[in-house]
Amino acid sequence: MNRRALVSLLILGVALLLLPLFANSYLLSVATLILFFAFAGQAWNVMMGFCGQLSLGHSLYVGVGAYVAAGLFVHLGIGPWAGVWLAVALCVALGCTIGFLAFRFGISGVYFALLTIAFAEFTRIGFDHLQWTGGPGGLFLKVAQRDTIDIANFRGPPAMYYYAILALAAGALALCSWLLKSRAGFYWQAIRENEEAAQALGINTFRWKMLAVAISSAMTAVAGVFYAFYYNNLFPEQIFHISRSIEIILGPIIGGVGTLFGPILGAVVLTVLADGITELLAAVGVEVPGIKQVFYGIVLLMVIMFLPNGIWPTLARKLGLVHAEGGK
Amino acid sequence: MTWDLVANVLIAGLLTGMVYGLMALGLSVIFGVVRVVNFAHGEMMTIAMYAAVILFVGFRLDPFLAVLPVAAAFFVFGYWLQKGLINPFITRPEHSQFMLLVAVAIIMVNVLLMVFGPDARNLQVDYQLESFEIGRLLVDKARVYAAGVALLTAGALFGFFRFTLTGKAIRACADNHLGALVVGLNVKHLYALTFGIGSACVAVAGCMMVLLVDVTPNLGPAYTLLAFITVIVGGMGSMPGAIVGGILIGMSEALAGLLISPSAKSMFSFGLLILVLLLRPQGLLGKKP
Amino acid sequence: MANHTDSPSGHDMRRRNLVKAVGAGAALAGFPAIVRAQSTKLKVGVILPRSGVQGLIGQSCQIGADIAPALIKDMLGVDIELMNADWETNVDVARTRAERLIQEGAHVLVGPFDSGAASAIAQVAEQKGVPFVINIAAAPPITEQGYKFVFRNFPTAIDLTVNGLALIGDLFRATNVAPRSAVFMHVNDTFGQAMNRGIGATLPRLTQLPFKIVDTISYDPAAKDLSVEVSKAKASKADFLLLVCRLNDAIILRREIVKQRWNIMGMISPGSPGIYEDQFQKALGKLSENCISNNPWYNPKTAMTAAVIKQMAKQFPKEKLHSHGANVSYTFESILIAADAFKRARTTNPKELADAIRQTNLTDRVSLGGPIKFNAKGQVEGNLSAALINKDGRPQVMLPASAAETKPVFPWPDYKA
Repeated sequence: MNRRALVSLLILGVALLLLPLFANSYLLSVATLILFFAFAGQAWNVMMGFCGQLSLGHSLYVGVGAYVAAGLFVHLGIGPWAGVWLAVALCVALGCTIGFLAFRFGISGVYFALLTIAFAEFTRIGFDHLQWTGGPGGLFLKVAQRDTIDIANFRGPPAMYYYAILALAAGALALCSWLLKSRAGFYWQAIRENEEAAQALGINTFRWKMLAVAISSAMTAVAGVFYAFYYNNLFPEQIFHISRSIEIILGPIIGGVGTLFGPILGAVVLTVLADGITELLAAVGVEVPGIKQVFYGIVLLMVIMFLPNGIWPTLARKLGLVHAEGGK
Repeated sequence: MTWDLVANVLIAGLLTGMVYGLMALGLSVIFGVVRVVNFAHGEMMTIAMYAAVILFVGFRLDPFLAVLPVAAAFFVFGYWLQKGLINPFITRPEHSQFMLLVAVAIIMVNVLLMVFGPDARNLQVDYQLESFEIGRLLVDKARVYAAGVALLTAGALFGFFRFTLTGKAIRACADNHLGALVVGLNVKHLYALTFGIGSACVAVAGCMMVLLVDVTPNLGPAYTLLAFITVIVGGMGSMPGAIVGGILIGMSEALAGLLISPSAKSMFSFGLLILVLLLRPQGLLGKKP
Repeated sequence: MANHTDSPSGHDMRRRNLVKAVGAGAALAGFPAIVRAQSTKLKVGVILPRSGVQGLIGQSCQIGADIAPALIKDMLGVDIELMNADWETNVDVARTRAERLIQEGAHVLVGPFDSGAASAIAQVAEQKGVPFVINIAAAPPITEQGYKFVFRNFPTAIDLTVNGLALIGDLFRATNVAPRSAVFMHVNDTFGQAMNRGIGATLPRLTQLPFKIVDTISYDPAAKDLSVEVSKAKASKADFLLLVCRLNDAIILRREIVKQRWNIMGMISPGSPGIYEDQFQKALGKLSENCISNNPWYNPKTAMTAAVIKQMAKQFPKEKLHSHGANVSYTFESILIAADAFKRARTTNPKELADAIRQTNLTDRVSLGGPIKFNAKGQVEGNLSAALINKDGRPQVMLPASAAETKPVFPWPDYKA
């Protein structure tokens, strides 16, 4: 990263901090959604982008994180500040179990991806039969009053949620940039590029892969806790669904897998794209259900065909934010 | 619980399982050779189901006859899809392939929605609601026929890959990509051919499925997932494996539905998938990768 | 905002918002007349799932919204403008669409045919202080959360089951049969689960019902094959099938009953989609005849229903009201409620609109039930169901007798005792 990039980042940060002062509530809710996907996308990126382990079941951690914190809150009155630790612990345990099984039994690539789907789906149906969380009937949190801020129970106006998810996304960015420069980051990249070679060099690939899974699942669990308290209602059909996993990973892939800013850029591009197409179609007066998603699909297709590494690497080079030879 | 209830349920599970197997054949063929997981598999089958409905409504063509034109059209479509769109991706990382096919799937589902609207379509043939009666057993005719087609298709594919020159060449590509290039095989053409054959299988499955379920634009994703499970359990790239995997899943779902709770039965197929992935990742009848 | 043709330009919108802001200030300062002069048109944000899994139903509900402006102009002399939004059967989208509609100046929100989406939109409406009139959504918690701006003119799952089970008793009395046992099958999703709980809670109290539930079978909403489920149900040897379903599973189930030659007195839904739907009849033809479902429905005998039918013939010559039933009647009524409140309040000020909605007392209506009146929680309590039987390719009202279009029939004519 060069000086120009640092200055841009600083300006962006200030703009985001000031956003609630001048943005209307629609923009604020779109921004919150973008930051949520930016945060969850970064979490996924640790596992896939840094370490090369393709997970298609990240909805598992979102869902378990959300349900644990919400369940504790609804049934036992335990607030999210305590609940988040249990949520993280449980998700890390889950992630490590899946990782342990997969890596010990030598499952990788597509097979690993399908294993993650299987665990997410298995859990989804399990939660459909779990009465403590309301089964398919859903789990409802008592809704926030809009003018009071109750930090202890994480209830408050939309701006509070915005700042919370902004802090999370920024924290994740700092964590990821530190991770990339740390020993783990280098080992991960070695594993991603060529696992056998990494092993031959004496890297304990099992251990480092497990670390990536643990960090990724912990971060995603936090995203889940946020989701629960922001949306206030949880249904297994929605939160564990495979389409939720796909939503999480589209951003990083479009933005640039393995890059620091890719997941963030991807979340922005996809959300703006989806809402932009809706607005555009409305402006032209086209009213055909499904046409929006067709355009959305075509744009995804174009990006993946012509920018196989995602938008960020190309954009960063064009804007002069990285030195020409610096790939990341 | 009576004896005939258990027997009826087991037979239903067996036949449903063979239909699952038929559905998964296309995915298996394509993955076994091209090594691309077709995430638009279920969506392609949905298109085939619509095609069968149109041919029936428009020309009174029985789905068993509709198989031929639909499969031919799908062969061409699949060939073109591989050659034009997917081929550049076979050397790219998995998430890139995944993304490509998810985009294709999104487009397919919503074009179907735009063209046919959200209502379910179906066709009604006279044998659709009939059953064979064997003693105290009742066996659904449509499922028996579909299971027969599953066996035929799997057999034909098996024969093709085992005994014909083209089939052998395709297997050579699958076994050793580089080697196939070295000996001068036109790998690009063979891959496209495989994708075409896989797509034709999807078309056959679609024509059969339409006898059992009504088609809506959103059917795809659930079937994609089901086909994955089936193929992994049976073994990616193995034709008999797909059928065996299907039967295993059909039977375990039927038993779980009978003995535990029907609403939890697909949990067992995912459980089975996890077990197979851990204990025998290449699948029951698959070759070691 | 998605699709209304006379969409105001951005500039226009800002100006109107400004006018509104100034107007609101004036109201506080004691010049209410100015505000009232400004508000000649009520903007109704209609959020429905017109694409995605629920696309079919969303588009059906949309008809009820589309006929509203002309009808309401006739009935109340009030101008309303629809702002249509599609939530794509995705709850995240429902939330942002709701925010967007309010941003673009919607004075009241209507929708969304789904409990999950309703909860999401309810929070937005509550935060913004914009009234939200739910057309269809049965999950009880929605009106149990202490919302001030959320109103529901639709029975909760509990009301649905109470109404539906009572009608079953009426049906048995009217046809003079007394089945002793039922097998209860329900789809295991949000709605099916709520109904299951409702039935579990109310059935033991309805001692006048002659039957007992001998087995309960819950099945996967995405099931493509229900042969095992039906085998199991058949083995219970129950007299009839009590069913809480969706559309596709209801079709599969009806076919499976024939394939397995299950001889039962009939299938009755105490309140769920599926059986009365157009698609059920189209897909099954003759097999759909005599299937019964007890559902919220329009009253075919009221003047307002006649007006709705007439307006539909004008705007949607191919569509019939009986193909859309409660989708149209309750969606239309939710807009009617908003328009009526607007007429009384004579302002688009959301707070006053919400207060006016709370005072609603509409006796002339389309749907079956008592007058539309909201209780303290924002819930209408007197909504009733009709016992519908599929006859001649369309659902017809058997009960209550005052609204009947055809005579009660039970058991199925081909039932062999």
